[in-house]
Amino acid sequence: MNTASIGRKILPHLLLIIVGLLFLAPFAWLLLTTFKTEDEIFVIPIQWIPKEWIWDNYVNAVSMIPFIKYTWNTVVIALMSVAGVVLLSPLVAYGFSRIQFKGRNLLFILMLSTLMLPMQVTMIPLYVVFNKVNLLNSNWPLVLSAWFGTGMAYNVFLIRQFFNGIPMELTESAKIDGASEFRIYTQIVLPLAKPALLTIGLFTFLAAWGDFQGALIYLNDQETWTLSIGLKQFIRENGVAWGPLMAAATLFTIPIIILYFFVQKKFIEGITITGLK
Amino acid sequence: MERLEPRSGMRSRERKRLFIGLLFLSPWIFGFLVFQLYPIITSLYYSFTEYNLFTSPQWVGLDNYADMAQDGKMLSSLYNTAFMALFGFFPQLAYALGIALLLNQSVKGLSLYRTIYFLPTLVPAVAGSLLWIWLLNAQYGLVNQMLGAIGLPEPNWLMDENWTKPSLILMGFWGTGTITIMYLAALQEVPRMYYEAASIDGANKWHKFWHITLPAISPMTFFQLIMGLIGSFQYFSQGYVFAESSNQAIGGPGNSILFYAIYLFQNAFMFLKMGYASAMAWILFVIVLLLTLLIFKTSSRWVFYGGEK
Repeated sequence: MNTASIGRKILPHLLLIIVGLLFLAPFAWLLLTTFKTEDEIFVIPIQWIPKEWIWDNYVNAVSMIPFIKYTWNTVVIALMSVAGVVLLSPLVAYGFSRIQFKGRNLLFILMLSTLMLPMQVTMIPLYVVFNKVNLLNSNWPLVLSAWFGTGMAYNVFLIRQFFNGIPMELTESAKIDGASEFRIYTQIVLPLAKPALLTIGLFTFLAAWGDFQGALIYLNDQETWTLSIGLKQFIRENGVAWGPLMAAATLFTIPIIILYFFVQKKFIEGITITGLK
Repeated sequence: MERLEPRSGMRSRERKRLFIGLLFLSPWIFGFLVFQLYPIITSLYYSFTEYNLFTSPQWVGLDNYADMAQDGKMLSSLYNTAFMALFGFFPQLAYALGIALLLNQSVKGLSLYRTIYFLPTLVPAVAGSLLWIWLLNAQYGLVNQMLGAIGLPEPNWLMDENWTKPSLILMGFWGTGTITIMYLAALQEVPRMYYEAASIDGANKWHKFWHITLPAISPMTFFQLIMGLIGSFQYFSQGYVFAESSNQAIGGPGNSILFYAIYLFQNAFMFLKMGYASAMAWILFVIVLLLTLLIFKTSSRWVFYGGEK
């Protein structure tokens, strides 16, 4: 092997490592900041490693603001969103994938075209409606939007792709035996679709967990705030409490990272399917 | 009469299938009617009215649309948004492709690299934005400390109106992991024999990239362009948090990060100008539709679908 070909082998690695370190640096900085004292946070030149590791920032993160309450609110909204999505989307997907009826393709195209609809177009009338039925400052506007909003088209599309991959013979023979569509759906197709359901459940959870704009619109009462809008309370007139804020941001992110490591493959698959098909 | 029977039998079976089909589709039909069709029509109506939520909408014809052309803030929000699409999204797309190409060199430790590049996209938008506000802090931030260490100028990222948009773009590069992974998946689907055939014909790396790789992944580029441009024009959370947290004011210094969706939100929920905000939403809708149409129209010239699949 000559030098040029060795260079060609090493160069991609070198680039990937350098860029990778640049990608990781913000995480490292975030974590290290959370263990520093106020004095060490504001020191020039910067200091990477804290002299003395302290937990105070985490203690302050959960006590300076109603952190536990916001976490609970966020968890409830995210879980309710996931529950409805995994219940409703596969039903619709089954209709689009397995039942032949007039106008099906037209409806499918209509559904896909709603993916282009900006949420700004629908958000004002929806706000007016939720206001009229007295649901502002509750979980329902966010949860119902997760179930029936634009996300539904995306979830149905993803599961339909999966259903289309299930051999027709499997459901046809059950039909010949006289099973109803609903029975075929619940007893044959749905159990096979678990991986796809996991994928859309994950993405729904992720979206609900980090949702900012929706929470900003619908949750004005501080009692109902989620983490996304609650974190701003660390920003005060007399300055930002960086230590506790970074600790809170860490706590806000960690559940997602843990979730990712548990179901990494599903994550990547889900993303890949949406883009490729 | 006897002849009609099988036909009407067919028809009733067809009708039954239609009924069952619609039954399965009913959650979506409900969602479409209530969460999409009704709001679309109502929003169009609001856009021709003055409406503050407390009194019923007053018809004002095209006034809202005419006002928009005179509204300096609206025009600068449009400029800021287009700026992000042009100088943020396109470079980020190219960059994500670059990383995907590197990852596709069948390097060792692929899954480790992939995880590293993907991790930032998992961080909730608000948490990520707050982290970057801290990283870009003019005095104590990591970025400026690093720049200073190698003798580069240290911009006042968040307070200088010339640097606020670049700040957001810089953060955007950190969050390109999803596009990278999608591109990587597309690259892995390109049939190897294409490259082998090209090698026999004596093509160099650059030729292969230009004549094989790019056309082969063009459907993915097409998909990313549409999704990315639609997303760029709805850019909200990061811009909102940056302005609110570092300047305590929506829009940031000199309204340099007042984006279209942010100004629309401000009109709707802070100024309670629901009519005006609805008109803005419709202009946004039209822009998104035109961009999508443009990409579709030109796609026959640059998007190639392979024989298989």
